[in-house]
Amino acid sequence: MSGPLNPRFTFDSFVVGPSNRLAVSAARRVAESPGSVYNPLFIYSASGLGKTHLLLAVGALAASGSAAHVVEYLTLEEFVEAYHAAVAAGQGEAFRHRFEHVDVVLIDDVQFLATRLETQAELLRLITSLTELGHQVVLASDRPPQDIEQLDERLISRFAGGLVVDIGAPELETRLAILRRKAEERGVSFEQAVLSAVAQYEARNVRELLGLLNRLIAFQAVNEGALTPDGARTLLGLEAAVLAQAGVEPAPAAPAPGGGNEFADFLDTVGSALAEQVDTWRRRLQEAVAYWEGHGYRTARLGALLAQETPVGTETAVRTFEQDVERLQELEREMVLLEPGRAGDPVFRDPDRLADAEKVVQAARDGLAPPPGPSASWAFEDFVGTASNQLALTSARAVAEKPGTAYNPLVIVGSTGVGKTHLLHGIGHALSAGPGALVACLSAQDFLDELVQAIERGRLEQWRSRYRRVTAFLLDDMQLLAQKQRSQEELFHLFNALLTQQRQMVFTASAAPRTLDGLDDRLVSRMEGGLVVEIGVPDRELRAAVATRELAGRLGDADPDLAAYLAGRPAASLRAVTGMVQRLATEAEAQGAAADLAFARDLFEGARESAPQPATRPRTSGVVVAATGGVRSREKVIWRWPAVGDRLLEEMI
Amino acid sequence: MSLVNFTTREITCKIVYYGPGRSGKTTNLQYIYGRVPDDRRGRMVSLATHTDRTLFFDFLPIELGTISGFTTRFQLYTVPGQVYYNATRKLVLQGADGVVFVGDSQARQLDENLESLQNLQANLLEQGLDVRVVPLVLQYNKQDLPSDLILTTAELDEQLNFRGVPSYPAAAVSGQGVFETLRAISERVLRKLSQETPT
Repeated sequence: MSGPLNPRFTFDSFVVGPSNRLAVSAARRVAESPGSVYNPLFIYSASGLGKTHLLLAVGALAASGSAAHVVEYLTLEEFVEAYHAAVAAGQGEAFRHRFEHVDVVLIDDVQFLATRLETQAELLRLITSLTELGHQVVLASDRPPQDIEQLDERLISRFAGGLVVDIGAPELETRLAILRRKAEERGVSFEQAVLSAVAQYEARNVRELLGLLNRLIAFQAVNEGALTPDGARTLLGLEAAVLAQAGVEPAPAAPAPGGGNEFADFLDTVGSALAEQVDTWRRRLQEAVAYWEGHGYRTARLGALLAQETPVGTETAVRTFEQDVERLQELEREMVLLEPGRAGDPVFRDPDRLADAEKVVQAARDGLAPPPGPSASWAFEDFVGTASNQLALTSARAVAEKPGTAYNPLVIVGSTGVGKTHLLHGIGHALSAGPGALVACLSAQDFLDELVQAIERGRLEQWRSRYRRVTAFLLDDMQLLAQKQRSQEELFHLFNALLTQQRQMVFTASAAPRTLDGLDDRLVSRMEGGLVVEIGVPDRELRAAVATRELAGRLGDADPDLAAYLAGRPAASLRAVTGMVQRLATEAEAQGAAADLAFARDLFEGARESAPQPATRPRTSGVVVAATGGVRSREKVIWRWPAVGDRLLEEMI
Repeated sequence: MSLVNFTTREITCKIVYYGPGRSGKTTNLQYIYGRVPDDRRGRMVSLATHTDRTLFFDFLPIELGTISGFTTRFQLYTVPGQVYYNATRKLVLQGADGVVFVGDSQARQLDENLESLQNLQANLLEQGLDVRVVPLVLQYNKQDLPSDLILTTAELDEQLNFRGVPSYPAAAVSGQGVFETLRAISERVLRKLSQETPT
């Protein structure tokens, strides 16, 4: 392992420019408060751009000051050797513990992890345990994590969980600053123009630049007289290189009225203005890479752009990348609802695999049938509003207009046959019209049955997801859930999930929730937290409207007198009105008579009638709506056939 | 014209020298032409009448070589200054990345300067360009004339430079201020690059 840190490498001796500013500021933050920000910090750059310098500067700063953190610097090779030695000596465990007392671990040359799976596993373990202890890990590599061959996905994501930054090649100004600083350190002075001339050469790295400087220093030491810029260029053989690189025209002797080399100065201006722009693009890319990697997304696409000499269409690329990430986030959110277990899939972290992510989610979607929707039989427009149901209708309209925000949940209560189910399905239709709407509309009985089936088949998760992704949830005959603890529990969780997302919920019940026996208090209080509206016994106006509509439907036209007569008959529900019309039509047809007012009077007042049977079943609307929209009504189905010879008669309420 | 072509890695800057007749626009270009090494400049196209008035326009292409990875070239144009050539001026102004307004410093030319500035603004506007966002610098030419004939730069700034853009005194015949002006406009044009949406 390395001995004490080389004192030459500190932040003060590190020349900062646009190409490395991000990396330096991140490293400084880490050194100032190890373990609290960017952990692990991963620095990468081509060789000779200052990775090791930066690592050691972190170490030096962290070790200094009052905190005096314990710092250890080692290269990956040293790490591997030490690990192998420890394992060979049967001291594998001890090897792991020895880092527990180190506050800042600096590992250099991490690129050598390539293909070393065993070392990768050990490093992963080390990083995990160190970060858990709040100790800082800083790594340096000559390439980004995703480019290290066969690097464990978990390591990549762990690096990304901290911060991954790169150091670019120094640009003109930085090169000049480095040359000046180094010359100063060496106690040598050159003309400004000489250093400028050397800085013009786009050195690939700092070492190359320092090599040039060394040659100048050596030349100056053995020669009389100061170097000129041209002399320096010739000495370093840069003439051709600089020309080829920057297209700089060598200064022609121009004894012009303007004096000096005006064209070269002009070129300089253009060159530095342009370099600044290219830096701006580069910085934008780097920031995007650092930001998105910091958020755990793979940025290979942007990295590839950065690797090019000239950034290409930066803004467009970054914007497209961001859009792709947004889409991934959407997909991942949907996946959380569909199959929570698969939401962490790495495919949601790689914008280059957006198509794959779409497929994964689509497959999950396909696995789920859409929840039952509102029945086609009940349109919102057909619901007749009068004084007796005005409040309920107004609230329903408000819900349809502002789903999730007007009244949530809306609970419609009322006795059987007053139109609760109609209104519920009507709201369902209105809500379905919204963009991207997915409305679940079903009876509590279906809800119960589906739950039991899901439990039996071990598809409870899928069943839950099916309802958790709806934009509105409408449940009919909630009173059926009384005493059903498990169903109530599921409803409770669903309720909370939907309420958090401001998804509209509507319930119907035979009576106000708090008066229903066997309903959990927590559910009751949640229901009461919305709006509970009652549909009263239909008034005469409503009965007349329904009778008119039914007569028109069955007999072709509606005699106003007949409708008025029927509306005047006692009826506790709209279904009773419908029943009367139905009976009138059937009887009239059977007897070959016209279904007119006289016939009706005779039928309902003349003939002896058995009194309407009180309901003995649980009070429900009695209507079961299939997912396909067909209606099965208990009233409209003959459940028990009378003995032969008996006449089939009477409405079945 | 797109200033930056990322596909071919080219940057082309079209700079138009604008101003009243006889203010020295062509002289600016001729001086620049004389300073640019042979292999960097294209043929200067100059269509002038026998009385040395620009009839159509001057055009000077300059190749700057590869800078920061981009093949960079400048195209300098002048417009005919006389009032009745407005159609040509509009044509030349199309797709300009920057404008140098060459004003005549002579006191008696002040109205012509103002008129030409207004004409510039109107012509830019016609192309949907706001004079406030187009890179623009002013040059007060003929500062070498006797001081009783000309206005000082401060006076000219007061009269013409109400947008507060950079302004340079110049004597284009001797080359004074010519490259300062060119550098200033180039810098302003290039600094706008990163603000524009690259195509």
